[in-house]
Amino acid sequence: MHSTHTDTITNTITIDSPVDAIAHWRRFAPELPEASVAWSETVPGGGHWSWRVSRGTSLRFSALGERANCAVVLYAAHDRLERYSMPDTCKALHTAHFSRGHVLMSDMGRAMASFTTDTLGWHDPFGGLLDAQRMLQKYGEQRYAQHRNAMYRSGRDGLLVEIGKYGLAARDLGVPVNLFSKVAVDAEGRFAFDTGRQVQGTSVELRCEMDLIVAVSTAPHPLDPRPGYAPGKVGIAAWRSGPAPAQDFCRGFRPECARALHNADVFALS
Amino acid sequence: MTNSPAATTAATRLQTSRLDPADAALRHRQPAGEPWLAELRAGQTVRIVDLEGNQAADVLFYNRHDVAEHYSATDTLLQQGGIYLTTGSVLVSSAGRPMLTIVADTCGRHDTLGGACAAESNTVRYALQKKFMHSCRDNYLLAMARADIGLTKRDLVPNINFFMNVPVTPEGGLQFADGVSGPGKYVELRAEMDLWMLVSNCPQLNNPCNAYNPTPVEFIVWNAEPATA
Repeated sequence: MHSTHTDTITNTITIDSPVDAIAHWRRFAPELPEASVAWSETVPGGGHWSWRVSRGTSLRFSALGERANCAVVLYAAHDRLERYSMPDTCKALHTAHFSRGHVLMSDMGRAMASFTTDTLGWHDPFGGLLDAQRMLQKYGEQRYAQHRNAMYRSGRDGLLVEIGKYGLAARDLGVPVNLFSKVAVDAEGRFAFDTGRQVQGTSVELRCEMDLIVAVSTAPHPLDPRPGYAPGKVGIAAWRSGPAPAQDFCRGFRPECARALHNADVFALS
Repeated sequence: MTNSPAATTAATRLQTSRLDPADAALRHRQPAGEPWLAELRAGQTVRIVDLEGNQAADVLFYNRHDVAEHYSATDTLLQQGGIYLTTGSVLVSSAGRPMLTIVADTCGRHDTLGGACAAESNTVRYALQKKFMHSCRDNYLLAMARADIGLTKRDLVPNINFFMNVPVTPEGGLQFADGVSGPGKYVELRAEMDLWMLVSNCPQLNNPCNAYNPTPVEFIVWNAEPATA
């Protein structure tokens, strides 16, 4: 019992040791309005987590290390069968990269989340995920028994853990967005992972356009050629931005964005 | 600086087949706009023929003994190091196993980034008032409902668009370019496991890729060649 004083009239106590909810956001997103910040985290490289996030909340992602990668999958909270669709999104936007103005769409034609801020300029939609086999081939083995929290965790396993918390299985694991990674395609169609960008210190924001389950893994991108398992940390802050206003940048970015946001608005009203 | 992985992919790898349709176990003409669910056995070879040219055949594959294992576009592209499907491409499952191998291809390039059209995505891509037009994902849902084999909407993952040409530009754009296919061009795949093949012969009427005119495609299946003594 932490109480030093109990008020029996209002049924309240004075708490002398508050919970250890650290304001991580002050370090990587100090410009956010303090009263609007709901929570923030610093996810270690190779970590994973998931959240239920409401429409009108924005998620700020900040690369806190040079080799940061953040795989993100989205499911509608009201119906986990409605989920982020890479093909529907890329086809509608005619894009093979994501940046400010782009809208991530569900398989039901609705905006799930919009890129409202981006200081990096290219995030990878191709959806590669590091699995245990490729991780072993690239980095060797580093298991819990010897390495404790420094063990290697693949992106696929991290996301399987997270979506499993909501009853979703491997067959439900969709194509993620890999924030902070750039995979270009040459004339022969070959992938080329860009290691030349300054990633640390950049940030990107996703505004949630419906109530979502958001799962992330900060394991390395599977095409990152750099030796050693050394993924960077990622800061994540949730703040109440409100949903897309009528004059929103993303609405005006492309007519397809406007229609997907319209479909999400109609859904929110019904 | 960029780094390429050990890529085996190529933009185009033309290869004709020596299989004779006269020896086929099955010849199936798939009408424009309709779904089809077919069984393929390990060792069988299936040829898909673009009869009139630039018709998208939207296809998904599932392990017939465990339908939770599906074709995985991302694993397929990751393993081959690039975006185009052509001769030599191995279609990989969500469990990382080979499902089929493309053994012949006279078209040269097939897409697996663009997905299958849906009524809902048509409202986004074209106009809200397009929602009552027919679509591949409606076709898939109907075929799955009729077959009742444990496949549902959750299994509608990114598919293959045979005969579609969807290049990526250096600037990160996704183009829906004029088709590289033509009348009579075909792609041929050898099944590496027992499969369900879920087909929608795309009914999209809003896309110039098929000249706004969906047409039939033919499926020709050969049994595994008997081992010669």
